[in-house]
Amino acid sequence: MARAMTDGGHPAPASTMMTAEGVPLKVSLRRAERRRRLTAFLLAVPVLVFILVTFVVPIADMALNSVRNPEIATHLPETAAALQEWDGEGVPGEPVFAALAKDLAAAAEARTSGLVGARLNYEISGMRSTIQRAARRADRLEAPFREAFIELDDIWGDPVTWRVIKRESHPYTPSFFLAALDRTYDDEGNIVKVASNQEIYVPLFMRTLWISLAITALTLLLGFPIAYLMAHLPMRTGNLLMILVLLPFWTSLLVRTTSWIVLLQQQGVINDILVWVGVIGDDGRLTMVHNLNGTIVAMTHILLPFMVLPLYSVMRTIPPVYMRAARSLGANQWTAFWRVYVPQTTPGIGAGGVLVFILAVGYYITPALVGGQSGQMISNYIAYHMQRSLNWGLAAALGTILLAGVVALYYLYNKIIGVDRLKLG
Amino acid sequence: MSVNLFRLAALAGCVAMATAAQARDLTVVSWGGAYQDAQREIYFQPFTAATGIALTEDSWNGGIGALRAKAEGPASWDVIQVESDELVLGCEEGTIVPLDWEALGGEDQFLPAAVHECGVGAIVWATVLAYDGDKYPDNAPSSWADFFDTETYPGPRALRSGARQALEFALMGDGVPPDQIYDVLATDEGIERAFAKLDSIRDSLIFWEAGAQPPQLLASGEVVMTSAYNGRITAANQDEGRNFQIAWDAGFVYQIDSWVVLGNSDKPDEAMQLIAYMSDPENQKLLPPFIPYGPTHKDAAAKVDPAVLPNVPTAPENIDHGLFFDRDFWVDRVEDLNARFNAWAAQ
Repeated sequence: MARAMTDGGHPAPASTMMTAEGVPLKVSLRRAERRRRLTAFLLAVPVLVFILVTFVVPIADMALNSVRNPEIATHLPETAAALQEWDGEGVPGEPVFAALAKDLAAAAEARTSGLVGARLNYEISGMRSTIQRAARRADRLEAPFREAFIELDDIWGDPVTWRVIKRESHPYTPSFFLAALDRTYDDEGNIVKVASNQEIYVPLFMRTLWISLAITALTLLLGFPIAYLMAHLPMRTGNLLMILVLLPFWTSLLVRTTSWIVLLQQQGVINDILVWVGVIGDDGRLTMVHNLNGTIVAMTHILLPFMVLPLYSVMRTIPPVYMRAARSLGANQWTAFWRVYVPQTTPGIGAGGVLVFILAVGYYITPALVGGQSGQMISNYIAYHMQRSLNWGLAAALGTILLAGVVALYYLYNKIIGVDRLKLG
Repeated sequence: MSVNLFRLAALAGCVAMATAAQARDLTVVSWGGAYQDAQREIYFQPFTAATGIALTEDSWNGGIGALRAKAEGPASWDVIQVESDELVLGCEEGTIVPLDWEALGGEDQFLPAAVHECGVGAIVWATVLAYDGDKYPDNAPSSWADFFDTETYPGPRALRSGARQALEFALMGDGVPPDQIYDVLATDEGIERAFAKLDSIRDSLIFWEAGAQPPQLLASGEVVMTSAYNGRITAANQDEGRNFQIAWDAGFVYQIDSWVVLGNSDKPDEAMQLIAYMSDPENQKLLPPFIPYGPTHKDAAAKVDPAVLPNVPTAPENIDHGLFFDRDFWVDRVEDLNARFNAWAAQ
């Protein structure tokens, strides 16, 4: 029997064990195993579908949006085709203008000229109204179209306009990513940095990164002693501390953020107390909110539980005997703490750090409310382009860069510290 | 068998009735809050009483994205109040459709700024210079030059975040008369001039996002003066007993919200009836006592209750200081100027 089982892939000898139904035992076992796996998989199907539908597909779609560029290819198809022949030197010839007149007349009829104008306006300010003006008159224009268009607006006689239209007539474009990295095309089509008074996203990414790192460090600094006390004080006091940590955690984010405004503003509680005590004069009130300081203070407070809870759950499992052993072997209090206790908390520090950092990088409401201008983070500009400027391509590019950055940092973390050392509880 | 058939028929009847009950009422969408409460009282309920056309209400927070989504789905919204961005963009891309101006009595019955192919003005509202009258019993700020004068009026001041209106107010503060503002802004030197003016009080400036913020900033003493929506200032005075003042003479920027019909509406005739009812001067004159936004029909301004007239942007003594927000300029320039503004403000 044991031989038959270890025979592996060889054809079953005549003496193979059979089940009561007359099926070889190995086949029957394999079937049972397969059925078990299938059941496990089927049980996991709902969550897989859920993740696919609500997470993977939207994120992939968002990432795709950052390069998608269908407006000109779809709504000015003949112009795009005619421009393929053009070498990019001087003003294109009559066939291109004739195609443009035809396309614009069709676009005006279908009311899609606005989409074309909006797309080109990202590249050249003023193109929106130029396109609208041309589209309104396109069906009344007469040959020669080249002269007719240039008469309508000088911009049609500028080779730069045509280079931009040709460049953006591809269904995919890098220009949103370029804009998200403060880069643009110059008149000759080379990639250059934008003017320094328009530079915004690269500094914002850097600011988002260091704000998040600073908040992670601050939560660790503040959270470590709290978690230590919670884990090592007698049950009753520890529980009280736990409630003090959890109560704010259960309070609405908006409530906590607006409370910080009440506390920190110039006519707020803290300034009032300082003036009352006499530390500062009434005309020397401190500006503590609606700037970077507001963002850091409020976010540190809001994210603190995400550091305290993983730390606490790890600290509770550290047996006190190690510290006693270290002490009995001659280490002083500090050495025992630093060399024996702290290394055992690193899974908690790692988990808390990753949690706080990743949450902080994407924070949006709090900086919007208390950040003023100097405390804005990249998410605020993603929201701005989603809701206000409606430049969804740029919003998607910014979001994709942010996502790639977080994934890269997580990869680094895994390389250096190891994700398997994370411990959330 | 016959019993089953009977049941089947009963079931079919229920389904048919449910479908009939689901048949859509004409749906009107506005900004919600106290504003829509007032509209309900003076427009929506009287309209249903007068015509027998049932109305369903909804409210929204603006955004062309929301309009696009509604226009692509099954018909659900018919008449919507929009801001000028949504009017211009929506009309260009076909999200909203041209109006029947005959039914409204013709274009010449309305303020020129209230006339658009796809929308008729609903209200005139203004962004104004506001301050707390209790803080300045005398020598109150009276011009945008005072807004930029941190020597005489020390303390923080607030503007709406974004280039729109900030650049107009900067030029007003630099002494450009309202009727020349957009000519100056059309030049690169004009843009530089506006940004230089803003930069001169950079350290004293904070920015607000939502219309509810300026009254709060004034009430808490956080700022000494601010740009604000005129309706919010009057509301704070009425509801909270504040003494906020509007410096109408300093100059202000006014805009128009419009009634539009969504492209996929299956009740265009009823929609036009409702818009015509709401554009009637006899009905329009009823709104300012609730909330001080100006009527758009030329005949309505004269009929407004004189007691509330000083708070209304279109009052004869106010409107001459106003600058009509140039939506075409901003539709073209909003991207590059906001990019520049954001880069400047985020430094």
